[in-house]
Amino acid sequence: MPFKRYVEIGRIALVNYGKDYGKLVVIVDVIDQNRALVDAPDMVRGQINFKRLTLTDIKIDIKRVPNKKTLVAALEAADVKNKWESSSWGRKLIVQKKRASLNDFDRFKIMLAKIKKAGVVRQELAKLKKETTA
Amino acid sequence: MYHKRGLWAIKAKNGGTFPKHEKKAAEAAPAEKPPKFYPADDVKKPLVNKRKARPTKLRASITPGTVLIILAGRFKGKRVVFLKQLTSGLLLVTGPFKINGVPLRRVNQSYVIATSTKVDISGVNVEKFDDKYFGKKVEKKKKKGEGEFFEAEKEEKNTLPQDKKDDQKTVDAALIASIEAVPDLKSYLGARFSLKAGMKPHELVF
Repeated sequence: MPFKRYVEIGRIALVNYGKDYGKLVVIVDVIDQNRALVDAPDMVRGQINFKRLTLTDIKIDIKRVPNKKTLVAALEAADVKNKWESSSWGRKLIVQKKRASLNDFDRFKIMLAKIKKAGVVRQELAKLKKETTA
Repeated sequence: MYHKRGLWAIKAKNGGTFPKHEKKAAEAAPAEKPPKFYPADDVKKPLVNKRKARPTKLRASITPGTVLIILAGRFKGKRVVFLKQLTSGLLLVTGPFKINGVPLRRVNQSYVIATSTKVDISGVNVEKFDDKYFGKKVEKKKKKGEGEFFEAEKEEKNTLPQDKKDDQKTVDAALIASIEAVPDLKSYLGARFSLKAGMKPHELVF
């Protein structure tokens, strides 16, 4: 079981602690054993401890410490946003966010929809059971 | 300090001297007669209190038409439509009665969760409702006559006067029309709110 995701320049990581919690950032340079220089289109480039990052599978092609314009262009070229949002990890996070932002009325509507769906599934199941026993 | 406060600039702007305003002519104090009675002990005067009584500050999340969740009392858990705040600070609220059995009622703001769901309340006229409408009716004193006394009391107390029922109907008519315009809202208002497993109130968005 070797490592598959390496800390390297261009590695996309998810911030899992601190002010920028939940943001996707690019590792743009390594400062020392514990810290990386990190950048994202909507934040000021800054240092962050590796312990606050979780590496993702996505890597982009950049040189050490690019300027903001080049970084944004590279992110667009690699289509990081879509890759992330279509990955199962990315999709899970989106669903979590949606669930957390649900209104009381929304939760009620979802309950009705779940009951309806379960009803339909149960009907189909009953039909199938009937067919196999008959 | 003279230079720091720029007094030189003010003086220069005003032609050499610092601007003065004329003192108001002192009003002649009315001649007071010496009092004819001095109390034996010095009595302290109570402090001046300029506070005015006003209705409780309404939370920004509560606007006319908001769906509220009542948290205590007979109707706890019921989702209810907010109409207006009365001068006592209590909130005027209605079920509507046909949907969930909550009549026109007053409710305290502290016992209510405001949801972000709003109902269109423009067709409803709530001008006539105030705290007096909900006050207890004062009964005329009855003459003592034991036999008649008990029977008469039992008959009168139980029914709601017809005009209150009519008020309820008129308020609810317009409301129910705008509620039925939104899908599922009617069944939403008919259902009670309860916490289920895994629901953390401090994390819920209402």
